[in-house]
Amino acid sequence: MAKQYETVIGLEVHVELATKTKIFCGCSTAFGGAPNTHTCPVCTGMPGSLPVLNKQVVEYAAAIGLAANCEIARVCKFDRKNYFYPDNPQNYQISQLYLPIARNGYIEIETGNIRKKIRIHEMHMEEDAGKLVHDEWDDTSLVDYNRSGVPLVEIVSEPDMRSAEEVIAYLEKLRLIIQYLGASDCKLQEGSMRADVNLSVQEVGSGKFGTRTEMKNLNSFKAISRAIEGERRRQIELLEEGKEVVQETRRWDDNKEVSFVMRSKEDAKDYRYFPEPDLVPVVLDDEWLAEIRARQPELRTEKLARYRKEFDIPEYDAEIITASKHMADIFEAVAFLCGKPKKAANWLIVETLRLLKERGQEPEDICFAPENLAKLIGMTEAGVVNSSVAKEVFEKIFDENIDPEKYVEEKGLKIESDEGALKAVLSKVIAENPQAAADYRNGKKKALGALVGQTMKEMKGKADPGAVNRRLKEMLPLKKKSQSPSNTSS
Amino acid sequence: MADRISDETIEYVGILAKLELSEEERTAAKGDMERMLDYIDILNELDTLGTEPMSHVFPANNVFREDVVTNGDGSEETLANAPVRAGQSFKVPKTIG
Repeated sequence: MAKQYETVIGLEVHVELATKTKIFCGCSTAFGGAPNTHTCPVCTGMPGSLPVLNKQVVEYAAAIGLAANCEIARVCKFDRKNYFYPDNPQNYQISQLYLPIARNGYIEIETGNIRKKIRIHEMHMEEDAGKLVHDEWDDTSLVDYNRSGVPLVEIVSEPDMRSAEEVIAYLEKLRLIIQYLGASDCKLQEGSMRADVNLSVQEVGSGKFGTRTEMKNLNSFKAISRAIEGERRRQIELLEEGKEVVQETRRWDDNKEVSFVMRSKEDAKDYRYFPEPDLVPVVLDDEWLAEIRARQPELRTEKLARYRKEFDIPEYDAEIITASKHMADIFEAVAFLCGKPKKAANWLIVETLRLLKERGQEPEDICFAPENLAKLIGMTEAGVVNSSVAKEVFEKIFDENIDPEKYVEEKGLKIESDEGALKAVLSKVIAENPQAAADYRNGKKKALGALVGQTMKEMKGKADPGAVNRRLKEMLPLKKKSQSPSNTSS
Repeated sequence: MADRISDETIEYVGILAKLELSEEERTAAKGDMERMLDYIDILNELDTLGTEPMSHVFPANNVFREDVVTNGDGSEETLANAPVRAGQSFKVPKTIG
């Protein structure tokens, strides 16, 4: 029988904190500025410059640590991690090795109804590096230091995961906690959340971890899943051929679905860490920690409990809505504005999710104003527009954040409330479709649908289908069965 | 002088520091490093049992800045240090890894 292998995975997750300024200087962290505009002597490592720690970074890091059930260090310090690379003008990264801000935490995940704790080894604060853009033509790289010094927390898990499914569950849970805290937007595509996967395989029952590799450049959950599957296969093939797995850093190419060696993994001692002499220790006393705890916003479990109490919406809907902090914020605003939580939930779960999927977007990308959806719900409730027009208007709100009142007015999409006009159209439709009318009267209920459809078409969608249905039924009384026995089977 | 730095160590440190050293430079670096180790040996003669490790000279902690943007566009000053400049960026030999 073929050997059975088990995959062992640990993650290093980097999260860019949502501060306005960098970790050690007053430069902006805004994304997308022209190259090197957000730089100063501190974040470009000029000799003689002095870094000063951003207080908000400590508070966000501590809040994440608390939410991930970590022990928060009462005294933590910074260290220099030395390496030479053009993205790092100081030739060292200021990080924390000896006394990181948090240790020994865990996050509970759920996969296929099985709950499991993924332990967190430690969490530390550090600065991000600059960005290199490679020129394909003249063998050069362009360097932009805007990202240099943007605050990060790195969250290092224990090797507690055994499948891609568990990895994704862990990352989703972590992302949700951090988003709820407001500590980062955690967008994988934009790099504000980055995961490096440490993976090894071992024969089932051997009880001994195999040699691990580290994989980088994973910028979507799908890429992470594929990379885990690819690396697991590669390592098993090596072992089956009697070869050894080499400890190294590999770069995943999601287009080709293979990984390439980047460099042999440097040992910690190669970074020649030493204490950062320019920064003094951070002391987090009980009082400060209590303040950070007290400021903790409502997390998902509490939100779910409150939704159960406050809003009459199904559990399933509440779960989906709260799976994104951004969506939950929109839901609450819409529900408050229109007073119809159930309708608000419906629009988000059905139409919003459908459009997000069609556009290949995430709930974080929703960018319409809650006011506009609330207005639309109000208009539907008041019978100003019918449901198919409402869907069309919603798509405009979703894509362009239009004001539905103005839009409906301009496009003339209001339901025709002129009874006379409706009656005239109904008479015309009945006269033009004698067969359908006769079929309906003879008991073929489906025939009514065709007449409603025709009427809506004549009215250019501006009629209330319910009212059309009712009026048609009034105008086409059913024949008694005894009067037309032969027609029932046709 | 201690003879503790092997040729392999010099080679390896050179790789980490991304330096290509000539034979003379290697010999010189080896001598420098050995002198540093000798100095550490002197420090090791002291009895530090029961002494807390110290990473700062000043008994201070919790020196912070508030999260407020104070710097404007610093690109000209920063780019003045670029040996080669391309537009708003530093230009360096192609580096991937």
